[in-house]
Amino acid sequence: MSDKIIQITEMNKWFGDFQVLKNINLEVEKNKKIVVCGPSGSGKSTLIRCINRLEEHQQGSIIVDGNELTEDTKDIEKIRAEVGMVFQQFNLFPHLSILDNCTLAPIWVKKMPKKEAEDLALQHLEKVQIADQANKYPGQLSGGQQQRCAIARALCMEPKIMLFDEPTSALDPEMIKEVLDAMVNLAKAGMTMIVVTHEMGFAKEVADEVIFMDEGMIVERAETKEFFANPKSDRTKLFLSQIL
Amino acid sequence: MNKLNFLKPDINNLSTYLYTGVVLVTLSIFIVFINSFFNKDLISFLPGTISFFLPLILGFIGLHLIRIDYSGLKFLDKVNKNINTNNFNAFLSLLIVFVIIKSLPPLLSWFILDANIAGDSKDVCTGSGACWTYIKIWFNRFMYGMYPNAEQWRINLSFIALAFLGTIGFFATEKFKKYLTLYYVVVYPVIAFFFIFFFISGGPIFFDFSYGIIAAVISIIIGFFIPSKFKMYYFIIVPITLYILLKYVFFYEELIELGKLEALEWVETGAWGGLSLTFIVSFFCLIFCFPIGLFLSLGRRSDFPIIKYFSIGMIEFWRGVPLITVLFMSSVMFPMFLPEDMFIDKLVRVIIAISLFEAAYVAEVIRGGLQALPRGQYDAAKSLGMGYWKMHILVILPQALKLVIPGIANTFLALVKDTPLIFVVGLLEIVGMLNLAKTNPEWLGFAMEGYVFASVLFFIICYAMSKYSYNLEQKYKTER
Repeated sequence: MSDKIIQITEMNKWFGDFQVLKNINLEVEKNKKIVVCGPSGSGKSTLIRCINRLEEHQQGSIIVDGNELTEDTKDIEKIRAEVGMVFQQFNLFPHLSILDNCTLAPIWVKKMPKKEAEDLALQHLEKVQIADQANKYPGQLSGGQQQRCAIARALCMEPKIMLFDEPTSALDPEMIKEVLDAMVNLAKAGMTMIVVTHEMGFAKEVADEVIFMDEGMIVERAETKEFFANPKSDRTKLFLSQIL
Repeated sequence: MNKLNFLKPDINNLSTYLYTGVVLVTLSIFIVFINSFFNKDLISFLPGTISFFLPLILGFIGLHLIRIDYSGLKFLDKVNKNINTNNFNAFLSLLIVFVIIKSLPPLLSWFILDANIAGDSKDVCTGSGACWTYIKIWFNRFMYGMYPNAEQWRINLSFIALAFLGTIGFFATEKFKKYLTLYYVVVYPVIAFFFIFFFISGGPIFFDFSYGIIAAVISIIIGFFIPSKFKMYYFIIVPITLYILLKYVFFYEELIELGKLEALEWVETGAWGGLSLTFIVSFFCLIFCFPIGLFLSLGRRSDFPIIKYFSIGMIEFWRGVPLITVLFMSSVMFPMFLPEDMFIDKLVRVIIAISLFEAAYVAEVIRGGLQALPRGQYDAAKSLGMGYWKMHILVILPQALKLVIPGIANTFLALVKDTPLIFVVGLLEIVGMLNLAKTNPEWLGFAMEGYVFASVLFFIICYAMSKYSYNLEQKYKTER
């Protein structure tokens, strides 16, 4: 199947002696929206960090867009440039303005002319509705605005896949909505997304499938409606009963 | 009229307390002042111990009386808040004022009133004050060392030119601002190198200097016709190629033979000295130790074992040995390991030694900054597809270096003040020249003046550097 953009087979990962990911098998098709949920410490973040090779896996294989992630790091920057990532702590570059945050990678990694990069950045900042803050520094913005800027920054690289690592967990309740709105718009535009989140409302609204993880294993994977309507495993039922 | 309670001044009798207090404080200061400046003891009729402590007691009581909160008088409130908050602070304030008053007259008389500056031999120095004549006579040596008097214009000219070229950044227009970093990191040090080693040193190699200038001018002119895409490479490769061509292919022999150009007199580095040598050594050590330190700090955090352990070894070695032994070895031991016919100038060896030594400190300071950055910054840069160098140059180092400006300034100041140690290899910068002049039989006994003079110069240099580092900190401050 050619439209499988991510293929993970028999993947295992350890931190020292502790096995964080056990026997992960996961395939993601193009334009699918996957929500990953589960209790903390279950390996969700590690899983999506592995897809970007911010963490290295020890066993099994991860194939992203036809390229296998291995020790050979020659192509890893190319692959990362095609996979956008949004972090829990935003991780904007505090020494650069919002606009420069967005244009930095296109100019230096993709060798895009500065003018073009700025136009592109403003376009994406417009989409997440912070184009008017373009010349401020990250420290002058609210958490929600920073996170939306982080989304715009990732989008400026025009990635094929977007990974979200608990994008709303560090935000005030009031700001969660503005970030989720930006993500919903992105999903509707047809982006392939893997989202680690506890926002079940978001999952119900946009996700095609939901994955439930616990203790480093994928416990359950189902279509969104199916997942919420009749979860199969007891662990999922317990989790859902507590979170909903 | 309210009841007066002198143990507990309050606002109701403000004026009474205030006047009494001010009179007492003024009296105490007046007594000390008269005693100190005119050598008259107004209170000598009192027994010894009491007369000694009387000003302190009077002032202390006075300050106690004027310590009234919220008096409504702006000046009084300010005084109370800053120097008179409680008995202990009042005591300290008084003590400091007295010490200043006491120490002013001897200082003044030594520095100015009893000092001599006229004349041109030590015979004029008869007073008990400083003999600035000594500094005046030796000034030339303190500035230029043993550099021949007739050739000193070369040092002056070089320094003025370099100072001017160094301030170009302030006048750069918006269009050229982006080249400033390149200019200061690459071009300026190269120009300085040419000036110092070809112009100040002189000799046949002076031609090299002129070739350098010709090469630079030609390459700049051609530079206007080069597409901006290649400019970076162009400005590194072409001047060097031109220079080599000029030197070895076209001109060298002919010019010497025809005698068309008269070479500058060669002044060997052993004759350099004084403050100008301080500047030269500090300048090049600063320029070299920073990039070396930067690479060592990155190397120490590298994943490649060879690079990592090499960096750790370098840092720990240079941090573990005293500078004076490093200098000694660079001058005495190092040449033994070189082939017989190979010769590296003493000054060059010293500069390399100090640079490596200070680089180890700079490396650890920068490493501190690198470690202070959250891991998320690395993650974010990587996730945008940046490789190691792009990540460090664009994201990590700008933030880390900003954090360590105070630490770097610290190291640089220490470096400047370490330069006098080069006397162990026979290079006499300003303190070395002082020591030399001090032992001159004609001028024995003026060490004090010399050291005061050197201290003042060093203070000016170091204070300027520290101010500049503080300005940099302010300039690059962005809210986190």
